[in-house]
Amino acid sequence: MSQTSNAANFTLAELLICACAEVWRDEGEVLATGIGIIPRLAQGLAKLTHSPELMITDGEACLTEEPVTIGAKNHEGRAYAGWMPYSRVFDNLWGGRRHALVGPVQVDRWGQANISCIGDFARPKRQLLGLRGFPGNSINHVNSFFVPNHGPRVFVDKEVDVVCSVGYRKERWPAGVKKDYLRIARIVTDLCVMDFGGRSEDSEHAIRVISLHPGVSFAQVQAATGFPLLKIEDLGETAYPTAEQLALIRKLDPKDLRSKQLKDNPSGVRKAA
Amino acid sequence: MLNKQMTAADVVATLRDGMTIGIGGWGPRRKPMAIVREILRSPLKDLTVVGYGGTDMGMLCAAGKVRKLIYGFVSLDFIPLEPYFRKAREAGQIEAMELDEGQLHWGLRAAAMRLPFLPTRIGLATDQPGKINPQFRTVTSPYADGEVLLAMPAIKLDVALLHVHKADKLGNTRLYAPDPFFDEWFARAAERCYVSSEEVVERIASDETDARFNPFERNLVSGVVAARGGAHPTSNVSTSNVSTQCGGYGWDAAHLKRYCDSAEQDGGWAQYASEFLAGDEAAYQQAVGGVDAITQLPRQVF
Repeated sequence: MSQTSNAANFTLAELLICACAEVWRDEGEVLATGIGIIPRLAQGLAKLTHSPELMITDGEACLTEEPVTIGAKNHEGRAYAGWMPYSRVFDNLWGGRRHALVGPVQVDRWGQANISCIGDFARPKRQLLGLRGFPGNSINHVNSFFVPNHGPRVFVDKEVDVVCSVGYRKERWPAGVKKDYLRIARIVTDLCVMDFGGRSEDSEHAIRVISLHPGVSFAQVQAATGFPLLKIEDLGETAYPTAEQLALIRKLDPKDLRSKQLKDNPSGVRKAA
Repeated sequence: MLNKQMTAADVVATLRDGMTIGIGGWGPRRKPMAIVREILRSPLKDLTVVGYGGTDMGMLCAAGKVRKLIYGFVSLDFIPLEPYFRKAREAGQIEAMELDEGQLHWGLRAAAMRLPFLPTRIGLATDQPGKINPQFRTVTSPYADGEVLLAMPAIKLDVALLHVHKADKLGNTRLYAPDPFFDEWFARAAERCYVSSEEVVERIASDETDARFNPFERNLVSGVVAARGGAHPTSNVSTSNVSTQCGGYGWDAAHLKRYCDSAEQDGGWAQYASEFLAGDEAAYQQAVGGVDAITQLPRQVF
């Protein structure tokens, strides 16, 4: 089933940009927010291909219908469709019309994520970013995760050190708390794409692998994950970037900042382990 | 008629140990640093500092001014984690009320409306109310839905410190930034609000278009401080075509990197302070290249 390929004509970063763009397919007229270079390129790519209805910002306080070039020297030629200061971002997200692609430091089997700190909160072993918008985002609108370093320190065996964003762990939801707006769509990692469509004895939202990146095996993904994973039937490869997608990525990122996002900028097709 | 003009030193003379001080701006953007530097030079201590933190919180932690931080984050954006904040947290040196960014906004709004709390879903089903803020409570909707919500407590401020582009002696202000952030709610949540400004004029008397850039009404403002370049090393971008005298500037990435590097060295803060904070604001501006160099720093592009 895996395509035997010669040296790929695309990098892993480019494959991930295309896989990340898929999280916004058929999501409607939502504010698409990708945090970091790869997710941000993905949101632009999604808008320029399958989902022109998405709302995106210029990376600052304006909405634009034309994704901005990453790494531009000045604001020349930018055209703004609307205004989106942070206060309006909150107003929008509290109404639910947003899908963010964020980068957690830890994720557990319930989809709960941590970016606050490692260790004890009162005196952390390592202070991270803090809660930022995770609690409010996760209980109000759809989220997906981007994890460029798939490993057991990210996908932890127990619960994350600090539950910053809500997930599917029933014990965390007291009676009367409204769970209706929780949805975690996908997790895109450097090894695979996963969703929460699995069913197991104790979960209706178990994490399952829905595609493997070229040259990666399910066993390899499982070994890099601190909890048991499910997989879809007929598990196949993540779609390769098309020539059109690659051209658009180059246009959005002419300085090739994407090549500096993953260690050693690996090829999109890795040799099977 | 009113004259609210004062100096940064006058502002700091009104502050007391143990006060709760809210600071406007966002990370490395539009921080009232001239007033913050005056606090750094003062004997003030045991402060509770509230905000979307950047160098303001980091420097106040480094100088031992802080008992407690109330924050959504403390970041310099291109340097994701403020290094002196990280050190203070990892040393267990400060009390931390870590909030969701929207919760902080909500707590300021509750204080602004003189309410004890505002209901929200933010924080429910996370560690935020239990492990991080065990004093937080829930409320049950009295209506048919019976929904359980978090009661986000009001964050009352003794003082708010903000930085804008233009002010007059009555306390009227203009903010031409791409994003006004939550400065309005800091002003409303505070007993007293002091605003530093690139420019202070006798009277602002503008047209209607320019009046739209007035971020909050003057009866919230206790004092205005003239501080051209006063946000340095943070940015004070202006998008205005209306007012060119108080044009904006980007953040000083080189200075911020140097400041962050100092956190990696033993005695790094003392050295930074002796180099940049030993004299007054004019001496500070001289040490970083002069006010013209500050106000010509190019805007960052994202």
